[in-house]
Amino acid sequence: MLEWIGLLPAFPLAGFLALVLTRGSLPRRIAGLIGVGSIGLSFLLAALVSIEFLGSGLDSHTQPLWTWMSVGTFTPGFSFYLDGLTVVMLLIISGVGFLIHLYSTGFMADDPGFARFFAYMNLFVASMLVLVLADNLVLLYLGWEGVGLCSYLLIGFWYDNPANGYAARKAFVVTRVGDTSMAIGLFLLFQQLGTLNIQEILTLAPQQWSEGQGMAVAAAALLLGGAVGKSAQLPLQTWLPDAMAGPTPISALIHAATMVTAGVYLIARTHILFELAPSVQLLVAFVGLATLLMAGFTALTQRDIKRILAYSTISQIGYMFLALGVGAWSAAIFHLMTHAFFKALLFLAAGTVILSLHHEHDIFRMGDMRRKLPVAFWSFVIGSAALTALPFTSGFYSKDEILLAALAHPQYGMLLWLGGVLGAFMTALYSFRLVFVVFFGRDNYQEHASHDTHHVSSAIREETGIAMALPLLILGVLSLFGGLIHVPVDAVFAHAGAHEETHPSQLIHTVMILVPIFGVMISYLLYGSRPYEKAGQHLRTQILNSPLGRFLNRFWFSGWGMDALYNFVFVKPFLALAQFNRRDVIDQFYTALAELARISNRALVLTQTGYLRWYAISLVGGLVLVIGIGVWA
Amino acid sequence: MTMLFYLAGAVALISTISVTISTNVVHALVYLIISLLAVAVIFFVLGAPFAAMLEAIVYAGAIMVLFLFAMMMLNLGQATENEEKAWLRPQLWVGPGLLILALLVQLVSVLVTQRVDVVPVEVGVHELSVLLFGPWLLAVELASMLLLAGLIAAYHLAKR
Amino acid sequence: MPSIPYEHGLILAAILFVCGLIGVLTRRNIVFVLMSLEIMLNACGLAFVVGSARWGHADGQIMFLMILTLAAAEVAVGLGLIIQMYRRFHTVDISVLSEMKG
Repeated sequence: MLEWIGLLPAFPLAGFLALVLTRGSLPRRIAGLIGVGSIGLSFLLAALVSIEFLGSGLDSHTQPLWTWMSVGTFTPGFSFYLDGLTVVMLLIISGVGFLIHLYSTGFMADDPGFARFFAYMNLFVASMLVLVLADNLVLLYLGWEGVGLCSYLLIGFWYDNPANGYAARKAFVVTRVGDTSMAIGLFLLFQQLGTLNIQEILTLAPQQWSEGQGMAVAAAALLLGGAVGKSAQLPLQTWLPDAMAGPTPISALIHAATMVTAGVYLIARTHILFELAPSVQLLVAFVGLATLLMAGFTALTQRDIKRILAYSTISQIGYMFLALGVGAWSAAIFHLMTHAFFKALLFLAAGTVILSLHHEHDIFRMGDMRRKLPVAFWSFVIGSAALTALPFTSGFYSKDEILLAALAHPQYGMLLWLGGVLGAFMTALYSFRLVFVVFFGRDNYQEHASHDTHHVSSAIREETGIAMALPLLILGVLSLFGGLIHVPVDAVFAHAGAHEETHPSQLIHTVMILVPIFGVMISYLLYGSRPYEKAGQHLRTQILNSPLGRFLNRFWFSGWGMDALYNFVFVKPFLALAQFNRRDVIDQFYTALAELARISNRALVLTQTGYLRWYAISLVGGLVLVIGIGVWA
Repeated sequence: MTMLFYLAGAVALISTISVTISTNVVHALVYLIISLLAVAVIFFVLGAPFAAMLEAIVYAGAIMVLFLFAMMMLNLGQATENEEKAWLRPQLWVGPGLLILALLVQLVSVLVTQRVDVVPVEVGVHELSVLLFGPWLLAVELASMLLLAGLIAAYHLAKR
Repeated sequence: MPSIPYEHGLILAAILFVCGLIGVLTRRNIVFVLMSLEIMLNACGLAFVVGSARWGHADGQIMFLMILTLAAAEVAVGLGLIIQMYRRFHTVDISVLSEMKG
């Protein structure tokens, strides 16, 4: 069975080709069947492969397919590499991917681009599988760029709105910054170590480089650049909130569960390089910490349901980076997995709400949805509980591991831990703010709808179909009990210096359990229902009206002014430079050439009078000239 | 015989010039027929009786009759003739005339460089036919294709 | 048989050709243009026959036959075009058909 892993990306790729080559001419049922079925087959195969691999007791398995290219000593093979980390990623991608595909058949049912949607989705899954299966960094880079392309295509899926196209371009360009850094990192690794095979790098690097040596630091930092871009961490996080322009299942699959965690995967995969560069590894931790706090505060002020979830995603990936930074590799992967479950659940539930309210995104135009959309409500409650890390949900176990690992950091343990706990508090605050505003309180949608004339239909649509409910159910179960799964990555990180078991005090544990609950309570006080409604509202207005509150609200709402800053620092000067560059000497030369051609054209047009006699005379003139030359010359 | 050549040449020249300056279409056609017949005489003098016959029958006969039929269909009257007179202003002739003169001077200057007297040898129909259906067979076939194409095109173009 | 100066035949052909050419250049009536073309073709035929007599070979006459065929086909198509043009524009003025100017 293990030699069949080449088929894993082949199924979705075949689905993509089938859907693209028929150009949407297939009936919806068939298109949906191909789109979902190919991922389903992939998932089945991934499950079988995983069972066999884990049962076999092997540490890893390499399946060579063919040689990709051969340039001098540089011969990257096209081979797939399987180990515990890959297995986890495979199951997440194909499993969550399958559920989201299934959900999409319901969500996209009325969309004219149905087949196109599934084609892109299949291509995405194929690229993502290549990314995690790759045994060398070039092949990984292929998948890396493939998912970037699909992300671009799917963010701009509804391309008739220019804003979506803009968001897609922004995502593409911003991640390109990180990808360039990563490419340079690959060049550096090849130049220094002479190979790009990941396992060879991981064995060669410690032999060639001593800890903290310049080259190791540079390589790790460049790879970190790539990871930061893909995973939307500071300072390249600005694209992810805008990426919510795509259909909601896209946000669930690509911009929450799988693609954005590719950066985490990359760092975990090349963890030995990062251990050789402790300063970079510490940087990873602080990037994660800063990102999770910044995104947490921003999420608190957003009004768009999907943007809240997007910032929450950024924040959670920040936790994973924090874990990577303190060397808790398996904790990061564990959180990656649980996050994939509950964030996909949250996004899909949000999608149900959005679809029911005819693409309304503003949470303050919702309210009281718990009776109308019970499945979405319970999904949201479970998802938020896991996100908040309430005890015994999946998020609790993973976040617990991360925070304990952070505390164990020899130098900055207390600082990292406190930041993480503050982040957890913020998480509780914003996620339950979402729950309370959307599902409790007054029904603002119908109120608004009766005022607004542009809402043709004010009726709330019922939750639709088993195809949309079943994924929510399964993901809900996984979000609740996913914490009991043991991530089989011990072998992968075995040589990464065994962690000494720390025994934190009872106080630490209590704090970590109580803080999220405390956050939920505050949230209930501010946004919750009846008994405190008046008081909560009063408090809210008071906070918002104080000068500091108003400033912070505006500041956080704009994502800490990062967009404006980048606009000022990069975009404006670049545009000015381009503007200046348009009129330089070389361009002038070419403009003059064009002008010359235009003038000659105008002159020659004069000879074309349309009169037959004129042409005949020209002919005779030419004849006289030629004979004259022949006779007298 | 030499006398006949020059006489026929003169007739051809005069009638051709008359075609060029005539304003009445039918008159011009008659002049053209005379010119063609005069050329047929020259062919005869030069020892090409078959070519002379064809010139008279096909050119002066068939093709010119075709012209005549077309003129009848167009039914150009006095109005066209007056129009023609108005168009043929003297100053119109200056430019083309100079150009043509230059061309003529060139041609003549090339032609008068050597003087060869030709004693015509008659080439009979038999000899010509052997050549036509021998080495020139392909050309004959192509000519027939051309005529067929002309026939179809004319039919199609003149259709209402 | 008395002789005929070879170049005189050719000069006659050249003059006839030039007469036809000036007709093409000056005339606006398309019927006259077509007639002038016939004159030019005929002048070419004459030149070939003269050449045939000069070299005592029949190939020149064959060429004349080809020109004859060409003229017949050309006249048929040309007259068809003239009739069509007259139907559409109610004139035989070639200057009216000057829409293809730059």
